[in-house]
Amino acid sequence: MNLYTANHLQPAGGAGGTGNGSGTGSGAVPPVEPLYEKRRKIFPKSVKGRFRRFKWLFMVVALAIYYLTPWIRWDRGPHAPDQAVLIDLSARRFYFFFIEIWPQEFFFVAGLLVMAGLGLFLLTSAVGRAWCGYACPQTVWVDLFLAVERFIEGDRNAQIKLNAAPWTFAKICKRASKHAIWLAIAVLTGGAWIFYFADAPGLAFDFVTGQAAMVAYWTVATLTATTYILGGLLREQVCIYMCPWPRIQGAMLDEHSLVVTYNDWRGEPRSRHAKKMVAAGQPVGDCVDCDACVAVCPMGIDIRDGQQMACITCALCIDACDNVMDKLGKPRGLIAYATLDEYESNMGLATNGRQTAIEPARVRNADGSFVDRIRQFRWQVIFRARTLVYFGIWALIGLGLVYALLARDRLQLNVVHDRNPQFVLESDGSIRNGYTIRLLNMVPEPRTIMLTLDGLPQATMKVVGISDVPGQVVAIQAEPDKAMALRVFVTLPADGEKLQQTPEFRFVAEDRSSHESDAYKATFNLPGGKR
Amino acid sequence: MSEKHVDEISGVETTGHEWDGIRELNNPLPRWWLWSFYACIVWAIGYSVLYPAWPMLTEATPGLLGYSSRADLATELEGAKVAQGGILEKISKSSLQEIVADPQMNQFAIAGGASAFKVNCVTCHGFGAEGSKGYPNLNDDDWIWGGDLDTLQQTIAHGIRDAVDPDTRIADMPAFGEMLEPQEIRQVAAYVVSLTGTPKDAAMAEPGKQVFAENCSSCHGEDAKGNRELGAPNLADAIWLKVRGEAEIAEQVRAPKHGVMPAWQARLSSDTVKQLTVYVHSLGGGE
Repeated sequence: MNLYTANHLQPAGGAGGTGNGSGTGSGAVPPVEPLYEKRRKIFPKSVKGRFRRFKWLFMVVALAIYYLTPWIRWDRGPHAPDQAVLIDLSARRFYFFFIEIWPQEFFFVAGLLVMAGLGLFLLTSAVGRAWCGYACPQTVWVDLFLAVERFIEGDRNAQIKLNAAPWTFAKICKRASKHAIWLAIAVLTGGAWIFYFADAPGLAFDFVTGQAAMVAYWTVATLTATTYILGGLLREQVCIYMCPWPRIQGAMLDEHSLVVTYNDWRGEPRSRHAKKMVAAGQPVGDCVDCDACVAVCPMGIDIRDGQQMACITCALCIDACDNVMDKLGKPRGLIAYATLDEYESNMGLATNGRQTAIEPARVRNADGSFVDRIRQFRWQVIFRARTLVYFGIWALIGLGLVYALLARDRLQLNVVHDRNPQFVLESDGSIRNGYTIRLLNMVPEPRTIMLTLDGLPQATMKVVGISDVPGQVVAIQAEPDKAMALRVFVTLPADGEKLQQTPEFRFVAEDRSSHESDAYKATFNLPGGKR
Repeated sequence: MSEKHVDEISGVETTGHEWDGIRELNNPLPRWWLWSFYACIVWAIGYSVLYPAWPMLTEATPGLLGYSSRADLATELEGAKVAQGGILEKISKSSLQEIVADPQMNQFAIAGGASAFKVNCVTCHGFGAEGSKGYPNLNDDDWIWGGDLDTLQQTIAHGIRDAVDPDTRIADMPAFGEMLEPQEIRQVAAYVVSLTGTPKDAAMAEPGKQVFAENCSSCHGEDAKGNRELGAPNLADAIWLKVRGEAEIAEQVRAPKHGVMPAWQARLSSDTVKQLTVYVHSLGGGE
């Protein structure tokens, strides 16, 4: 008994009659089974078809993006790295093509993650577990590993034979070379990861010559291990037992979501001897029980048991079944992407509103074509309240991020007023306040920034190490892409006019060539709160 | 245990223990658990051979790798020194002026000085070196003995009125209570106040000027602006160290109080004194 077939973990009500009538009898006491199920080895058969082609294409694109992105160059001038995508942890900068992010701007990344989450919700409610079936790294790498396995050991039948065979030299050779190639892929996978965190060509050279940082080797080792173990050894178990996503996304699916469906309203009663059955006057469905859908399934399930948690909707069973239907001269789509809504409606038709067992005659005309009342997928159902709300929130966050990106400051000023001492009385009776100013030049070019004292006309300032001459404006040479800390003393003369208790003023930093500026409000402390 | 008991529902033998009808199944340990357990034992044996583990009479077995946490600490301290990049040595060899002129050394010395200040100086001078009554504010530009680098270093190293140090700075204002009439003391106090403010009785200030010229000007100067060589404070500025107002000035003239600052060279290394000097000089009043 399969732990994850429809009979066990199907959410109540969600199954909607997807069982094929062979399930456990209702009312009878279920036999006591151990909760632990040993893993059954899965040998997925190769298959050709449109979904398989799409998956190959997607895999190539996804892997190309992953492996090649760190090698794209992007010129940012002499003061910044020329790698298009770089997470520079030591300098605390994140570069993405024309965007540079400082640590305090990390909300951009958080926003992107929120968008990714909502995008996943949107995708799932529209087309079901498309993420799992096509885009998840686990799926992509398992697919790659399966391709390697088939290349070395042959297709399903050869693999089963080899698995059962005694350990001969040939078997050892095949197994060893398979695992060697898997490990090589795993090393390259882990290896590609580190290039996102340092200059790729330089790191590649250092890595190969043994000069790279220890953390690089550890990262590659860890990711090699996870890739090899998760993609090569654990495979479908990751999706079934380890991944939380299949369990969460049930909340995003509804009766209008596209899921891979076995249309038992036209398949049942299945039979391997359709002609005999027809001859005997028995009703017979389109399913010839060839098990092609089971043989190709990388999850080792039978889609004919109905929608189930272990199904990642990779759609390979659709390809397999379509191929069989083509050969039999029957219409495609016995297994197809369908919504629960359509399925229920068609099922109702075939069973006379669940009054009877599936009767093929109810859904077919005399010439074998389907009756008009059979519902097909209409793309319009994708645009429903749920998906539109998801899209709306997703787009709103996206627009917000774009706005934040366009409106963000590349010159920033932070001022910390000395708290102790709050003020200093000088011998001539003037009052001095100390400030620590952080000036952030967030572009990769050196700039001359004019720091101005605004709103305290009688006061003067000195910037330690930069300007000893008391004044209201000080020119500061800001280094490219750096934050600098300035010690600033502001002095108010004793003979000045009386001021309110703690006068407010502003420090203004301005790049006069680009007219970029930032200001920071500050106060000036006086003894006893007044003078 | 005399007889076997098999649990009906699970078909598993029990341990034979029973509590109020509840029996414990004698299931084997899970394999993963058992193997983890064996692995831990192997690990522990290897560990106790390679690392210090078994307590003996005086110390533990050293282990084949010769590991020691003290040696680790020493290595880390060494590493910290290396990480300082020899700046400390450079500071040790450089004069104060050279340190201040070099941005790297200057930054290092200010940070090091700030840290030493917090350990040694804040008890009297305050956390922000803001001082208090009797303890000078080190942020301002009013220096009794001088605020340039070398003078500051001298003051920190040898202290003030610290009898232990032969080179300590000594300034003893005599107790004028024995030499002047109370009236004269009040007059001189009024005069001193009049230099920067308004005395209570302006008529007192005029004769006070005469008293000042005869008794005080030798140290504090004719213009009352003090004399740094003698450690005589400037009385004609806005800053008062020990006294607030006319009455307290009079009391200080009658029976002066004297503060003591310890000589730090006995306790701190000369490098630390240098860094403290640079730090204090950087607070805003340095000359």
